[in-house]
Formats: sequence, structure tokens, C-alpha cells
Amino acid sequence: MLTRIEVGFKERIIDARGEKTKRRIIEDLGIRIEKVKTADVYTILGELEEEEIRKICEELFCDPLIQEYSINEPLNREHDWIVEIGFKPGVTDNVGKTSEEGIKDLIGKSVRVFTSTLYFLKGVSRDEAERIAKELLANELINRIHIMRDGRVLETPLVKEEHKPRVQTFKLKEMSDEELMKLSGERTLALSLEELHAIRDYFYSERVRRERMERGLPEDPTDVELEALAQTWSEHCKHKIFNALIEYEDEDTGEKLVIDSLFKTFIKRSTEEIREEMGERDFCVSVFSDNAGIMKFNDEYNIALKVETHNTPSALDPYGGALTGILGVNRDVLGAGKGAKPIFNTDVFCFASPFYSGELPPRILHPKRIFEGVRLGVEHGGNKSGIPTINGCIVFDDRYLGKPLVYCGTGGIMPSEINGEFSHEKKTEDGDLAVMVGGRVGKDGIHGATFSSEELHIASPTSAVQIGDPITQKKMMDFLLEARDRGLIKCITDNGAGGLSSSIGETAQFSNGCEIYLERVPLKYHGLDPWEILLSESQERMTVAVSPSKIDEFLELAKKRDVEATIVGKYTSTGKFHVLYEGRTVAYIDMEFLHHGVPQMKLKARWRRRRHEEPEFEPDDLNEELLKLLSRLNICSKEYVIRQYDHEVQGGSVVKPLVGVMNDGPSDASIIRPILESFEGLVVSNGIIPRYGDIDTYHMVACSLDEAIRNNVAVGGNIDHMAALDNFCWCDPIKSENNPDGDFKLAQLVRANMALYDYTKAFRVPCISGKDSMKNDYVYENIRISIPPTVLFTVVSKIEDVRKAVTMDVKREGDLVYILGFTRDELGGSEYYAMHGYIGNNVPKVNAKEARERYLKLRNAIYEGVVASCHDCSDGGLAVALAESAFSGRMGMEIRAERIPSEKMPVDHLLFSETQSRFIVTVHPEHQERFEEIMSGTCFAEIGVVKGDSLIVKHEGRVLINTPIEALEEAWKRTLRW
Amino acid sequence: MEVKALILAGYGINCENETAYCFRKAGAQAEIVHLRDLLSMERGLLDYHILAFPGGFSFGDDIASGKVLANKFKVSLFDDLVELVRSGGLVIGICNGFQVLVKMGLLPGFHGDYGAQKVTLTFNDSGKFEDRWVHLRVENSKCIFTKGIKRMYLPVRHAEGKFFTSQNVLEKLNKNHQVVMRYISPEGGKAIYPWNPNGSLEDIAGICDETGRVFGLMPHPEAFNHYTNHPRWRREKIRESGMKIFENAVKYIKENF
Repeated sequence: MLTRIEVGFKERIIDARGEKTKRRIIEDLGIRIEKVKTADVYTILGELEEEEIRKICEELFCDPLIQEYSINEPLNREHDWIVEIGFKPGVTDNVGKTSEEGIKDLIGKSVRVFTSTLYFLKGVSRDEAERIAKELLANELINRIHIMRDGRVLETPLVKEEHKPRVQTFKLKEMSDEELMKLSGERTLALSLEELHAIRDYFYSERVRRERMERGLPEDPTDVELEALAQTWSEHCKHKIFNALIEYEDEDTGEKLVIDSLFKTFIKRSTEEIREEMGERDFCVSVFSDNAGIMKFNDEYNIALKVETHNTPSALDPYGGALTGILGVNRDVLGAGKGAKPIFNTDVFCFASPFYSGELPPRILHPKRIFEGVRLGVEHGGNKSGIPTINGCIVFDDRYLGKPLVYCGTGGIMPSEINGEFSHEKKTEDGDLAVMVGGRVGKDGIHGATFSSEELHIASPTSAVQIGDPITQKKMMDFLLEARDRGLIKCITDNGAGGLSSSIGETAQFSNGCEIYLERVPLKYHGLDPWEILLSESQERMTVAVSPSKIDEFLELAKKRDVEATIVGKYTSTGKFHVLYEGRTVAYIDMEFLHHGVPQMKLKARWRRRRHEEPEFEPDDLNEELLKLLSRLNICSKEYVIRQYDHEVQGGSVVKPLVGVMNDGPSDASIIRPILESFEGLVVSNGIIPRYGDIDTYHMVACSLDEAIRNNVAVGGNIDHMAALDNFCWCDPIKSENNPDGDFKLAQLVRANMALYDYTKAFRVPCISGKDSMKNDYVYENIRISIPPTVLFTVVSKIEDVRKAVTMDVKREGDLVYILGFTRDELGGSEYYAMHGYIGNNVPKVNAKEARERYLKLRNAIYEGVVASCHDCSDGGLAVALAESAFSGRMGMEIRAERIPSEKMPVDHLLFSETQSRFIVTVHPEHQERFEEIMSGTCFAEIGVVKGDSLIVKHEGRVLINTPIEALEEAWKRTLRW
Repeated sequence: MEVKALILAGYGINCENETAYCFRKAGAQAEIVHLRDLLSMERGLLDYHILAFPGGFSFGDDIASGKVLANKFKVSLFDDLVELVRSGGLVIGICNGFQVLVKMGLLPGFHGDYGAQKVTLTFNDSGKFEDRWVHLRVENSKCIFTKGIKRMYLPVRHAEGKFFTSQNVLEKLNKNHQVVMRYISPEGGKAIYPWNPNGSLEDIAGICDETGRVFGLMPHPEAFNHYTNHPRWRREKIRESGMKIFENAVKYIKENF
């Protein structure tokens, strides 16, 4: 029996969702519309009495004060067209699930509930209604759409699966190279020919054939085996490009290098060397080996840190992609060591301009839609999980049209010891049980790992899209932390890319083997093939290793906390990755081959410096130039986004993302107190400047790292207790017919890594975790849109006493304004040049030795309490930093530009150059002497005073800038005031 | 005497730790208890003096915020809850907790008639979730928790905080002194958006029942547990915080139980 209930707002009550939709129809789609009303639809499958239905409506679905409902008949609202948006079969319907629980509470019956939303559109044509549905309200990958004049369509998106699970085998032996590649393409295996050969040679070797035969397997590999290998060997999981053997040639200098793994040569080596140098002061606890990096916080607690990307899923379904991105990285932290509790999120997005008005290639969503979807996904993922989003930024460049970048990061806290064991150490032993905890398995997210290792093309599988449920995950998280504290967890890892295959396969390396029983895995619906159960990336699941002596207690607690936990396998020491389905072996692979059998890639990289046109223009009016800069997407206020994220939950907020008199100034970094009883704090910041990569990715990386550290230091972060996380997002760096400059992109990657080594070492800030995403291209017929090479550094440090922190807003009239650092004519890749349509060549270069010295002294000055405000100079240079500090404190400044320590250059260059490692600091006059004493030996100058209500910049008597701070603030705010 | 506070947790509630911290700091013995442990009778409501429904997203705000949790309480724990209030105990609901109290009808509880929903909290007029600090005027009400407080400055963090009710109920709330706090402008005048962040009727941010012992509010006092939580602590001397609400509660129990 089907019952359809519609719930809408009463006549005179504001329908906020309808109003918001109307605004977006007008603003985003340019469609004139009179009225939008909405209603929620609950379609119930199950036998219910009339009285029960009424009770459900009145006591669960409908708020009697503001809403009304109808049962099995349409709710009447003024309209020309009605659009109904529901889910496609198999897509997670969170509200539906909660409704089922609510009904059970109320009347004690178990039913199925499917939800959808009605939009009553007044004043549009059918074509317009269709556009609204497809371009704003629904995503056809996951939603079903009905457009109606009147009446309703009664249906339920039940998965109708009559497929009988089966196992296929593949006669690799008989396949030509062409056929092998065809197989790889058809099944989205993303395996290269060389890898397919390695797999073929393995399976048909004498020993393997014999061993497999003994298990009842044919000589040909099964789909389960092939899929498990493809997943384990995917770029996403194995980082083949970062581990490749690379021949690098610098065509400008003739220099040649052979690099055996970028990761080992540059990233890992730097961290190892820094740790050695630090000796006893080493605060790194676990680096590059776990789901997240772990650093020491104090004697009792450690901090786990991880930043991930979720680019491809966010391109296809911005909301779902970003939501699963943030929930996924939360699980990485929950799965670090024996488990850490997430305490903050940090999110960085790269989008094309939301005002983009050009053609959209097939299957590419409009950047505004991506922006809004991603924003909402992160809002729901963070807010509903009770994790404050304390840091982030948005970078705009139209090359992100092909693929948006969505970086999701999380920090977590864990006691350094639990029941006498180090919490960062995990292991599995022969006989331990593999328990899957959390959600159930469906077809969602199958091939995520291999898929993200490919370019986005028109036939990209829609099953790669998953929708997360923050509440299911929160329940699981609460339970797992409770279990951890009771000492029930030996090892924990998340089910992300590659699902159980990856989570059990990887943790089985400790014990050296595992058996997985696929028929025991709880499914969302029937009809999944064994390989799908193994590979599914259904969300909200963790895999936990529990020793047999504790399994009863573990399962008991799970039941008590209403969390599903199922033994799905056990760890062995057989050396085999052994998968069974209904008692039959369906995969039997050597652990050694699975994890270490992938052949090393051999690649060529060729670097030649690109010369860009040197700009030639004379600015008319520097006031205008500054106002225009402040309005630019990369500089303007992001308050619209920040306010919609909860940045204060957990109660430890100290420096918020927005600061100043009116709580609207752009903070350089955020600080939280993770332990409320203590004044110790964590400082979180980031750096990302893809524009500089157009000139040289070496300096792009140096500057990005400097920016992240600089932001961190600006609020009081301690560079002596500071760790970094690196995230590389690249365009395909493998040369091929349709990617002719792949070797150049690889050279850019090599140079980026060289800088990472040089500068992390020089700053003595070790990377403790990182991630790469290598195929951020869009390809369709002859269109190729590649993202600019992009590196994000996330930097986390400790501040001993948060009461010493400073913010960027000027504090008092009469305070002295200082600039720290020397200014060079470095506008290559700057916002100022970009505004005038140029790239230029003089990219900023970092002098890390000088910078580190400055950062240490500034830290001392901050901790001594002689700094009133401190703001870093970044996009837009000195003038933008001055303006931001001034209007955030709602006070003006008078600056004498000739006092700025600098090279000789035109005044507009002086104001807008993006030379790194500089700050604007204000100091109370009574602290002048002490401040200058502390900073002595570094380059700095007093350049003016906080005064009046305009920003006035003079150069040798000539007025360059004289603009009221209100005008500056307005210019900075208006761009994204949505 | 030992003041015992039960801080509810589970199913998407997420402010339990800082709420417990505030009660502890105020001198209570605060215990975080999972909803399932109440439902299974492993813990009894009546063993505590204070019950707190913390902020968060119980059941994901699905259907309507607070609704599903309110129903769960109503179905199996309502008698104990009412008994706790009648016997002199205190109940506070913050943000999502306020939504729960309203939807199960514990607020406003006219004439001690708990269980009938008379007011609601619904979607902000802005259509957005927003995290921002708001100025509040504490009215002369019966509320135990706000005794001696005139003004407060606290963060709101919600998408469904618009207070709404019928004219009739509104009049009654005013007449009975059950309106505890209202959003005001920084100068103390009538609040318009964003100072009234959600479009609440008569700028109402919090109400209490007729005994003054049940209190619900949208802003988060527990997020202002230390002066460094204040957005401008680097600019101004911060004297007050959200702690007073918790201190009042503990003091009341000590004096009256």
C-alpha cells in the first residue's frame, strides 16, 4: 500500500525555501518568475490504518502552527507548473530513513518512506520550468524529475534488482594488447598495458595456478581479483606518478636528473631530515604511514591531521561530492592510530568565476552551481557533524571550469595513550576479527578510486556519486570513540576509496593476510555481485580489527548505541588476500603481489621556462586600482560562505575566521582551544597561489608554503611547533597523443617537489601528511580543459597560551604602523597584473632564512604582548593588506610610502607587489621601543600611523591613495554579497 | 550538596561536551548520557537535578528540527520529564534543544499543561544557516537561569530559529512573563536583520515555562565559556560571559533542593 503525504506552509507563513529558490531562479538563471512555493512529500510503502496515517501527519510530518498537509490528494498552491524532485533508486534518502524511525516510534510499525520535494512555479513556461528543474533544483545523476501541469505521479524509487550475483572470469592469456586495454577501459579499471601484463604474468605462473586450483579457482583471474588489483593499484591509492622513475631535463640549462620517486626523494626525505635535526624537540608522532599524520600537542594529547580532495565527485554532483569529501576526511582522522576525535575542519575550494558567462561544454555544470552545491555540502557535512569549520579559502580561475578542486581537511585529537598503549600505534594479528561498522553497502561509489584516476569524460559512471549522511556517521563516530576508550579497538581504518578491499586489504599487511566473507556484508538491497560488495564505496563505514576476546563487548556496545557492526572477515598470517562468497573462494591473491606487484612507472619530464609578455600600462588613479583589486574574486570578502559554516561548535573558538569591530575582517588564521580546561591552542592556516605556477611551479610552492606559515605566525602560531600538509592537484602529467605537453606538466611537478624539499627544510616545518590528485582535466572530443597545477599547504601549529593571540584589525587611533620585510618588484603572477590582463615574469621568490628569522622574532614580540595587530601581505600586496587592517578596525591610516624598505620601482608596483614574508603590524606607541628592540636585526620600518577614517598613502608628499575606509570596505564586500 | 546535571547526547546532538564543561565549571557534577541509556532505563532522569538538551542536529534536523527527538521523549520518557520539573528540577534546551522542548510541548507549558505544542521554531527568513553573535535583552521573567542578567552577547548558529506562534499564545507569553530574552540592536533598540538573525516574532530568542524552571533559547551560552570566545576579546575588556546561566542553575538547585 502506498500513501502519499504532502506538507506545505500555510497561506500567510513565509516559505523561506520557496523565497530562496525564487531569488536563485531570477539571479542565477535569469528567468523572471512571479512566485515559488514548496512542499515536502513523503511516500509511505506499508500497511497503515487511516487513523495511523493521520497521527503520522499530525505528530510527525506537519508542524500544526505553520504547516498543513494532504493525504493522497494534491496540496493546492498557485502555479503554472509543478516540479517534483525525488531520488533515483538506490540513492541515499536521509530524510526517508529518519521518517521510518519516526513512524516506528510513533505507531510501532516498520514501513519504507521515500521523500521528494514539490516546487509550485508561477509565471513560467514549461520550458522554463524544465530549465529550473535541471539547472537549479535537481541533478539528473541522482534525482528523478517530474514536471506536471496538475495532478501527481505516484511511484517509489525502489531498487528493482533481479540480477543474480555471479562471478566472471577473464581469459587474459588469450587477449591481445588491444583487447587488454579495451577490457581496462570498459570496466573502468584504469590499468596500463604494463600493469595488465604484470597481472597476466602473475596469474598464469606455475605456482599461482597451482595454488588457485587447490582453492577451486580457474586459472583465469576472476572479476573480484581483477577489480581488487585495479583498485589497489590505482593512482588514487598507490600514487604511481609520485613513485615513478622520472628522467628530468631542464632544457634551459641542459641539466639532467633521474629521480626515483618524487615522494621519497623530496617529501619524505625532507621530513626525515628535519626530524633528525630537531632531535628531542621532534613533535612528529606518525608521518605518512597512517590515514592521517599525527603530531604531538602536549604530554597527554596528540593531534591527527589530514587533508583530502574530492574533485571528480564534486564536478558531477557538487553537493554530494563535497559532503562525502568532508565526511570522508573526518573518517580518515577517526581512523588514524586507534582513532582520533575530529575537532576542526578546513576547506579550500578552487572554482571558475561564478559570473562565468561563456559556453559550457557537455556535462559541465555552471561554476555558480558548483560553488553553491559544494558550499552546501560542506555546510551540512561540517555543521551536522558538530565539527567547526575554522579555516579555508576560495581561489578563482576559469581553468577550474573543467574540474573544481575541493580540498577537505580535518584535525582530530587523541589521548597519546589509551589503556597503557600508544594510541597512534595500530596492528592486526592472526585471528583478529575484521568488523565493518556503520552504514550498509550498495552500488554507490563503485569505481571511485579508479575513476578519480581518470579524466572526466562524457561517459563517466554515475555510480561514482555517493551521498553521505552526517548523522549516521556521527552516531558511528560517537560509538567508536567510546569503544576506543574502553580499549576494544586494535586497529581502525576507514572505508573510503576501494571499500572493504582497500580497508581490510591494507590493514591485513600487519598480520600478513586476511579472509573476507562477502555474504556476511549487510547490503542496502540485493543483486550486488561479489566484486561490487568488495569494492563499493558506500559511505559512513569503518573497518575495525577486534581481538576475539573483546568481540562480544564490542558488538554489545554497538548494539546499545544503535550502530550496525558485523564481522565480515578475519586477519590471518597466510600471506594471502583471500575472499569468499557463500563458502566459495572468489579471490586468492598473494599479499605481496597485491601491495607491491605494481610495476614502477617510467616517465620523462622536460622543463623550459615560458616567457610571458611584460606588462606595459600606466594606472590612472591608484584609488580606483585599489578599489577594483578589493572587489576581485580572489581578494573580496567570503563572509557569505563563512557565516554559513559553524565555526564555534565544541566551544573552544579563540580567533575566528572573521574578526574586527564588526566581526567582518578577514582573519589570517584561526585558533581553537581543543581542551577547554587549558589555554593551549591550535593555530590553523593555509597557503595556495596557483597563479604563480604559470611562471614557475618551483616558486609557486615556495610562496604557497610561505603564505601558509606566514598566516599562521600572524595570529601567534609558533614556527618551532608547526607541521604542514601538502596537497597536490595536477593536470595529467603523462605525455600521450591527446596530451602532448604531459612531459612539461610533469616537469612542473618535479619543480614543485624540489621547492617543497628546499623550503620545508629551510623553514624547518615538516610535512606530516599529504595527498595528490593527478588527473584534473576535462576532455570531450577536441576540448581539453586542464586545471592550473595547484598545491595547497595546510599548516597547523601550537600556541602555548591563546591569551597571547593577535588579530589583523587595527586597534587604536595613534598606533604606529610597521611593515616587516623588504619589498621587491615582484608582480609576476600577481592579482594586479591579472587585473590588467598580464602574467608577467617576476614571480615572488622566498628567502626562507630571512623569513624564518622574522617569524621567530615576530612570535616573540606577539608573546610579549607588544603587537596590537598583525596582518600578512598576500594577494594584492601591501595596499590591500593596509586597507583590510584599517576597515576591519574601522579606523583610517596615514602611510608614508617612501619609508617602505624596497627596491626602486614605480609606486603602483610598490603598493601592489606580492613579495612574500611581509606583514603589516600596528603597535601601541608605549610598546614602540620594545617592539623595535625585539625585531632588530630584521628588515622592518615604521611607515605611518592609525588615524582618521580614510586610508591615505603618500609618497614623498604626493598623495597616492586617499579613500574613506567605508568605500574600501564596500568595494571588498559587494562582489559576493549574496 | 552535589548538584547533578544530565547532559543528553547521541543521534546527532553535538554540543554535549562544552555544555557539560560549563555545568562543571559552574560547580555541578555533569554527566553526559546517551539517549539510548535513558530509553533502556540504564539511567533514570529522576536521579538528576538538571537536564540539558544541548545543541546539535538531532536526527539530522530531518522532517523538522527537534521533531524526531521530541517524539522519542514523548513516547517513552515524558512522565519522568514532567516529574523532574514538578519536583523542582531544571531543564534547559539550547538551540536544537530548544527546538526539542518546544516541539514536545514542554515549553511554554501554560498552566502546567506540558505536552501540547503551542509555539514553533522554523526556517530563518534568510533561508540560510548562519553563525553570528547577537545582542540580547534579558526580560524581567520568571526564568531561574537568567536571574540578575540584563544583557547578553552570544552566538547563534542555526537554520531553523524563527520563533513563531499565534497572537493569542504570544499575548499569554508576554502577560505571564515567559519571554526570557529578545534580540536587540547593538544600541539596545529594536532588532532588524541581522540583529534579529532569523525573523523571530517580537524578536523572541528564548522563553520559559510558568515555573521558570524550564528554559529554552536559540543562542549558545556554552559557546561563550571563556572571555577568549568573544569575537572582540582582543579589542575590548570582556567582563560577562555565558557562564552566568549555568551558575544560576547550580545556585538555584543548591538553595532550593
